[in-house]
Amino acid sequence: MRKAVIIGAGMVPVGEHWKLSLRDIAVEALLNAMDDAGIDRVDSLYVGNMASGSFVEQENLGALIADWAGLGHIPAVKVEAACASGGAAVQEGAKAVLSGLEDVVAVVGVEKMTDAWPSDATRYLAYAADADWELFHGASFVALNALIMRLYMKEYGYTEEDLALFAVNAHANGAKNPYAMFKRSITVETVMKSPYVADPLKLFDASPVCDGSAAVIITTPEKAKELGVPKEKWVEIAGMGRSIDTINLANREDFLTLKAAKVAAERAYKMAGVEAKDIDFFEVHDAFTVMAALSLEALGVAEKGKGAMLAREGQIAIDGDYPIQTMGGLKSRGHPVGATGVYQTVEAVLQLRGEAPEGIQVPDAEVGLTQNIGGTGSNITVNVFRRV
Amino acid sequence: MGKPMQVARHWRHFREKYALVGGKCENGHLMFPKREVCPVCGSRNVEEYQFSGRGKVVSWTIVRNPPSGLEYYRPYPLALVQLEEGPVVLAQLTDVDPEEIDFGMEVEMVTRKVREFDEDGIILYSYKFRPVLKPQKE
Amino acid sequence: MGKLLRPNREVGIVGYGAYVPMYRIKAEEIGRVWGISSFPIQEKSVPGLDEDTITIGIEAARNALKRAKIDPKLIRAIWLGTESKPYAVKPSGTVIAEAIGATPDLDAADFEFACKAGTEALQAAIGFVGSGMADYAMAIGADTSQGRPGDHLEFTASAGGAAYIIGPKSSDTLAYFEASYSYVTDTPDFWRRQHEHYPRHGNRFTGEPAYFHQIINAAKTLMEELDYSPNDFDYAVFHQPNVKFPLTAAKILGIPKEKVLPGLLSGIIGNTYSGATLVGVSAVLDIAKPGDRILWVSFGSGAGSDAFSLVVQDAIEEKRDLAPKTMDYVNRKKYIDYALYAKARRKYIV
Repeated sequence: MRKAVIIGAGMVPVGEHWKLSLRDIAVEALLNAMDDAGIDRVDSLYVGNMASGSFVEQENLGALIADWAGLGHIPAVKVEAACASGGAAVQEGAKAVLSGLEDVVAVVGVEKMTDAWPSDATRYLAYAADADWELFHGASFVALNALIMRLYMKEYGYTEEDLALFAVNAHANGAKNPYAMFKRSITVETVMKSPYVADPLKLFDASPVCDGSAAVIITTPEKAKELGVPKEKWVEIAGMGRSIDTINLANREDFLTLKAAKVAAERAYKMAGVEAKDIDFFEVHDAFTVMAALSLEALGVAEKGKGAMLAREGQIAIDGDYPIQTMGGLKSRGHPVGATGVYQTVEAVLQLRGEAPEGIQVPDAEVGLTQNIGGTGSNITVNVFRRV
Repeated sequence: MGKPMQVARHWRHFREKYALVGGKCENGHLMFPKREVCPVCGSRNVEEYQFSGRGKVVSWTIVRNPPSGLEYYRPYPLALVQLEEGPVVLAQLTDVDPEEIDFGMEVEMVTRKVREFDEDGIILYSYKFRPVLKPQKE
Repeated sequence: MGKLLRPNREVGIVGYGAYVPMYRIKAEEIGRVWGISSFPIQEKSVPGLDEDTITIGIEAARNALKRAKIDPKLIRAIWLGTESKPYAVKPSGTVIAEAIGATPDLDAADFEFACKAGTEALQAAIGFVGSGMADYAMAIGADTSQGRPGDHLEFTASAGGAAYIIGPKSSDTLAYFEASYSYVTDTPDFWRRQHEHYPRHGNRFTGEPAYFHQIINAAKTLMEELDYSPNDFDYAVFHQPNVKFPLTAAKILGIPKEKVLPGLLSGIIGNTYSGATLVGVSAVLDIAKPGDRILWVSFGSGAGSDAFSLVVQDAIEEKRDLAPKTMDYVNRKKYIDYALYAKARRKYIV
């Protein structure tokens, strides 16, 4: 069977890019990745994006970005799985390579959110929920996650302070990442003092509205060699898994289990031939602090109900047993929704190459995992990466 | 408040939303909303089912930054309500102060306004839940 | 045949139900804002942000159905009397019909005659069922009335409503109509022009030539034609724009205050306009005994009155407990200040 390796990675800093448009940041990230790989052409382009039509009235991103990046007459398509669009695009790109149909594939994740009015952005994000049965009732994404958060705290006896620790950890790492939106550390008090957006969920439990784009180049080891890409740059996409859950949170069997993440992780672990304990760091989808806890449980890192315990025990720090959000996660690096999964991928590549910034490099990282959630856990991707 | 307005899209669910009408499959599995395929057994034989409207609060939040179009209504409580027949429904709570809401609070369905599309658009009505009305003494 | 209105077959009420929103504002709170210190009532109901005439109508209709215990599909007309239609053009009754499961084999329409629109719908329902065209019809009076900020009507304009399901007189009817009478003259005491937010009124002109003239004439004619005296009635419910007017009308007619007070709610819920007498009578039905006779006289500006003589039947005893009582709603209350009231009544430009 063919193997898929990432040979190039690029991104733009996450933030409020007032002067730059969606195409500007996407092209920049894409060219950065191509330059990193040392190539000037690709066979195809996969774009991870959630809601460009809503945010900037632009669809057909495959054509837009490939055209503006000067990639010529190649196949280019947008992949959408809500906030998991980036993770899904990486998978689709890898699948194209693994299938043998394409040899060198570019994947770019992009979201330009800050052009929208804030309450409109809240509405567009909620398009990932059930339009007729959730958004209709005034559910924002924050609100849906707040319902889960309240239940999680009640069920397992955690406090808002406990969950705030995930934000504190993310910021501690993000402070050292030049590409992060919030390059500063915070305390539990910072989180606790922030206003409620949807009780008990506070502003600092949530990831920000922002702009960002990240890209990777995927090929086979054979092709990488042929292209002359030094082996130190290679990172294998060793395992991939993806699953859906009910679109409507209310219809879920168990509100406190990310079933889709569980299923996706099992598939990814099996494909990569690893278990949770073999993984050196986890880039999980902490769009909201409670999601970090639930993700760790679904990935098999913690038992059910024990996810937040890892934060309490300090095990999620860079020097802990289960480092998470090594570059700041969604909370501190930022969560440009459709781009997030690709940012996680780029960050995993940097960690596995040993190119992570000082202070947040996971020592001797061999295997890393990214987990990207769409909806309230309704569409989840898990990818396992391995140093070659 | 909040264009674009879509009429048919909302109209086709009026009955379900005004009165909390869900579905029941041939094997007796209840669901809300009604679907083509029973999520429990896969049966494609699903009929309409009228829920009683009684239920209990499973979890709740107070929406302070609502999606556009609903700004005037903020803050409003949103909850997961488990109906006495079993299924869980997401809906707004009404006629209740945030401090009064609690796990297991008994609620009943009422039909209320959910959204208006500007001054000149259609008005959307739907089920919401309020604390069960109790006989009052003066 | 005289002046009375009497259908071919006798009709009665098979179910009734009321609804009053839970929010209240005290008159003194309104007075605080406008520097006024004498008030026509104590406090009034305020509709919640998510309430309007249609939602009030729906809950009242559901309560009426609970008492009627009939299949909603048997209801062949839903007529809503209101002066605060959520849509200027588009029937409100259709929403109510859909919500209670009465569609599609029925007629629906909104009636307007200022505050007497509710009894106007009732008159029509009596005729509809009394003629034999249909076995069941629902009449609703409901409003979320608007008073111009600072105007003295702002103290009273409130929200609420009640629904009545009319059917042929039988042992299932909880009260039956002996006769009714409508009295109408062209008297512009209160009006609202198209596209205007608030009504205008003729100030003191709304009293003697409007309210009292129509109410007294309607009540007197009904009693005379039925050959009844005030003593024949156990309760009297008059339109209640405030507390003083209905009590004065009773005094003029020689009806003791005690017979009026049980159905006089305006002091604590305000003037629910088209809903006013329907809500008042519902409160009386909640406590009346079989055999009691109720005098029911509405008033609508513009102007006119509908008068009914209603006799309570045995079925009241088993039916009244099947739905929340009117006082359950009246006594369920949460006070809000003028700022929240202004938000609820959409006085803010956003």
